[in-house]
Amino acid sequence: MSYLDQTLHLFPETVLAVAGTLIMVLSPTVKNARWLGRIALFALVLALFGSHVSYHHGEYMGSAFDGLVTNDAFAILFRQLFIIVAALAVLSSFDYLKREGIETGEYYALILFSVVGQGLMACSTDLVMIFIGLEISSISTYILTGYRRHDARGIEAALKYFLLGSFATGFLLYGIALVYGATGSTNLAAIRAAIPQANGPLVAMGAALMFVGMAFKVSGAPFQVWTPDVYQGAPTPVTAFMSAAPKAAAFAMFLRVFLTGLTPAAGYFWLLWGCAVLSMFVGNLGALMQSNIKRMLAYSSIAHAGYVLAAFTTRSAMGGAAAIFYLAVYSVTNVGAFLVVAHLAGKDESTVAISDYRGLGKRHPVLAACFTIFLLSLLGVPLTGGFFGKFYIVTSAVAAGLPGLAIITMINSAIGAYYYLRVVVTMYMEDAESPAATPAVPASGTLVLIFTVIGVFALGVFPTMVLEWASQAADILK
Amino acid sequence: MLLTLVILLPAVSALALLTIPSSQPETIRRAGFAAALIVFMLSLGLLWQFESNAAGYQFESDLPWIGIPDIHFHLGIDGISLWLILLTTFLMPIALLASWGITERVKAFFCLFLLLETGMMGVFASLDLFLFYVFWEVSLVPMYFIIGVWGHGRRVYAAIKFFLFTMAGSTLMLVAIVWLYRAAHTFSVPALLAHRELFSGPEQGWLFLAFFVAFAIKVPMFPLHTWLPDAHTEAPTAGSVMLAAVMLKMGTYGMVRFCLPLFPEAAGRHAPWIIALALIGIVYGALVAMVQPNIKKLVAYSSVSHLGFVVLGVFAFNQIAMDGAVYQMLNHGISTGGLFLLVGMLYDRRHRFEIAEYGGLSTPMPIYTSFFLFVTLSSIGLPLLNGFVGEFLVLVGASQARFVYSIIAGTATILSAVYMLWMYQRVFLGENTNPANANLPDLSLREKTVAIPVMAMALIMGVASGWFFKPMEASTARVVKQTGVPAHVKNAAPATYEGGTR
Repeated sequence: MSYLDQTLHLFPETVLAVAGTLIMVLSPTVKNARWLGRIALFALVLALFGSHVSYHHGEYMGSAFDGLVTNDAFAILFRQLFIIVAALAVLSSFDYLKREGIETGEYYALILFSVVGQGLMACSTDLVMIFIGLEISSISTYILTGYRRHDARGIEAALKYFLLGSFATGFLLYGIALVYGATGSTNLAAIRAAIPQANGPLVAMGAALMFVGMAFKVSGAPFQVWTPDVYQGAPTPVTAFMSAAPKAAAFAMFLRVFLTGLTPAAGYFWLLWGCAVLSMFVGNLGALMQSNIKRMLAYSSIAHAGYVLAAFTTRSAMGGAAAIFYLAVYSVTNVGAFLVVAHLAGKDESTVAISDYRGLGKRHPVLAACFTIFLLSLLGVPLTGGFFGKFYIVTSAVAAGLPGLAIITMINSAIGAYYYLRVVVTMYMEDAESPAATPAVPASGTLVLIFTVIGVFALGVFPTMVLEWASQAADILK
Repeated sequence: MLLTLVILLPAVSALALLTIPSSQPETIRRAGFAAALIVFMLSLGLLWQFESNAAGYQFESDLPWIGIPDIHFHLGIDGISLWLILLTTFLMPIALLASWGITERVKAFFCLFLLLETGMMGVFASLDLFLFYVFWEVSLVPMYFIIGVWGHGRRVYAAIKFFLFTMAGSTLMLVAIVWLYRAAHTFSVPALLAHRELFSGPEQGWLFLAFFVAFAIKVPMFPLHTWLPDAHTEAPTAGSVMLAAVMLKMGTYGMVRFCLPLFPEAAGRHAPWIIALALIGIVYGALVAMVQPNIKKLVAYSSVSHLGFVVLGVFAFNQIAMDGAVYQMLNHGISTGGLFLLVGMLYDRRHRFEIAEYGGLSTPMPIYTSFFLFVTLSSIGLPLLNGFVGEFLVLVGASQARFVYSIIAGTATILSAVYMLWMYQRVFLGENTNPANANLPDLSLREKTVAIPVMAMALIMGVASGWFFKPMEASTARVVKQTGVPAHVKNAAPATYEGGTR
């Protein structure tokens, strides 16, 4: 295989890296940073199209670079998810960045680089490559978190995220080293083959350390402490991006490493189970007490990580498909919800308390209706994607003989109802004393809203297509 | 096809309603009312084409919906579903007509009601458990908004309580539904019935409980009833009507349709304590209703008592009681729906629900007073009106299971007369002591149009009950047959009786 052919396996990453670099180069000369954002959008669309073609064409599927990366249905699905999330995040950033006066080209470049890293995480079949992808993605996200550099909370969030994140990465790297020491390889397939003869305790230790690192990245309890602060401090469109793309990427590597690499070392079942259950309870109970909408959504994202981990705990192809489907639903829903928050945040994010949403149903019926739809999807009301995702997780848990986990998931879903409904109550059933002005939604935001609302319903009413694709992707996890 | 049309038409009209600009509330009201009326006309077509003697499902349509897992858009009705759907379509235009006074967010109000109608009818017609669950949950959302946005006083508290109670109950039901699927690889209700031997022993017990708790919260049965007085009292008039008349029946319908036929042994095993709770509910509801200072709350607690009758009839495991239970579901819809409509008219005039605010209303409002008496009598089960038929049959059927059941339940028929008539006396009779009530206008033409169909229905159901039982009997007989008579039922009478003795 020629070098070019191998590079074309990574076509989306190549396009995005080139576009990101181009944006950096152009940035000092282009006055209106919006144009750089448009370049980023164009690159994202091109990358999406490219990965679509390569999937259906079949020529650039399979492994490349000596087994460092593998283009399979799993990689393509996740990659397209990241790209779509990034495109939505870029679209919702236009208005926000202008309002905050921080619209510069680097912002868009960083989002593209972050997606490059996430794409590598999804398609790598080698621990070292996965690690590199993770670092590219994380470092870009650290910077994006502190992008409002005159805001103390933003700086605090970035620093906290960076320090804790690096610490977690250390755990991951240590785990990789131990697994390498025990099996003599960093390639997942080779590790799997070598595990039966390997030093058992060493592998288990390595797996546990890797587990800590990855649980941190998906904000699974008890490694979730950073999440509320970081989600609150980051610029809201970045929070939207961060709560979806890097999280889904972390889950992609989590699923691939633990289900295709370490399968025979089943010792981590209770780790997963405990992490899933704890995340659900910590997330949902924590969200009950929040008065800031971003913090509430942050805690809710911890709970949702718990739901995905529950699907993961089944260690079945069906559970994998459920996890992937749920991540898709959750990403679309969350990006939509955070767009609404970003739009209403006001200058310097001054109106992000739940009480600021009083009377929104009257002030801006369309925005309130959209937000309600997203919240109902997060809650898991039928006909929205969130319900079907949760239903599928419960189905996979019951099918795997874990009815207890299914019941815990459903109980948590009922707890979640309270705090999601509280926001709905605030919007429709309480009146504002001094209603803040509600700006009209710009065209870019409208596009995101239309896409996400349709996405939420499409995934809830006609989930078959995405579900089949997710099942196909999950085949590698068998 | 007709059934699908009847069920989906309200939702489609709700979407169509969205296109009318909010600045024309009168057009929205008329269009919404017309849509509900058309749905009622179409549903009469269901009655017309229904084959009375067939026990199976009719108007069945079965379309594949989602591939993995195998979910179908599977609708069909038997005699029990038929009447509940007709109850819904009958009351919906009436409830909307009673809501003409709503001036705030008119469009959203009418849209939500039409969506609610689709949701509730879907529950009664689903033959796929997944679809059933979807309708079950979806119908919650409009009602939540109806209570929370257009309700009175503590509406927000009531709305959230209503939502959380029902949601919490149904979460376990979803796990049970998935469990059934895991064993039988289908969500289809007829197919599950054919394979019900797959679930036996303790497994059946757990499945039964998971379903039962969800339904018991919705009914609501003592001691899970605490959401009901709040929701009923705080909801706007039309919301209370649909909540009491139709939504509560989703619970008892679920018991009849799923709990008994799918898990007959478990139903038999658990019946004693369920009946005990139903009896406690009957007496407790009546006693608490008696001391209520608030008319609407009084009617709400009377629902707890009336629904206890229904549950008693369902778990007596014979056809007389089952017929009575289903009839009582319809009766309660008409009588309590009527009471809420009339109480709402009073509220429109005075904005108060307290009994103490009123007295001697018969002088300024003679027509209203006589209407109210009529509906009151129907609610307490005066012979020749609808309530009597259902209560009588439930008492007869329950006495066949165990005589003491009917003795305890029978006290409530006396108590209901006490609390209703006492309230009637305090509100309408005697001297008018409150000057604010002296010049209240009597019912307008619109209000009479709202009340008269309900009263007519109460009378028709009282004197021509045989006509209502005819399409229903084959279906109730089938449910009773599928369930069988559990061993613990003493004096188990053969489940036969001659029609026409009512």
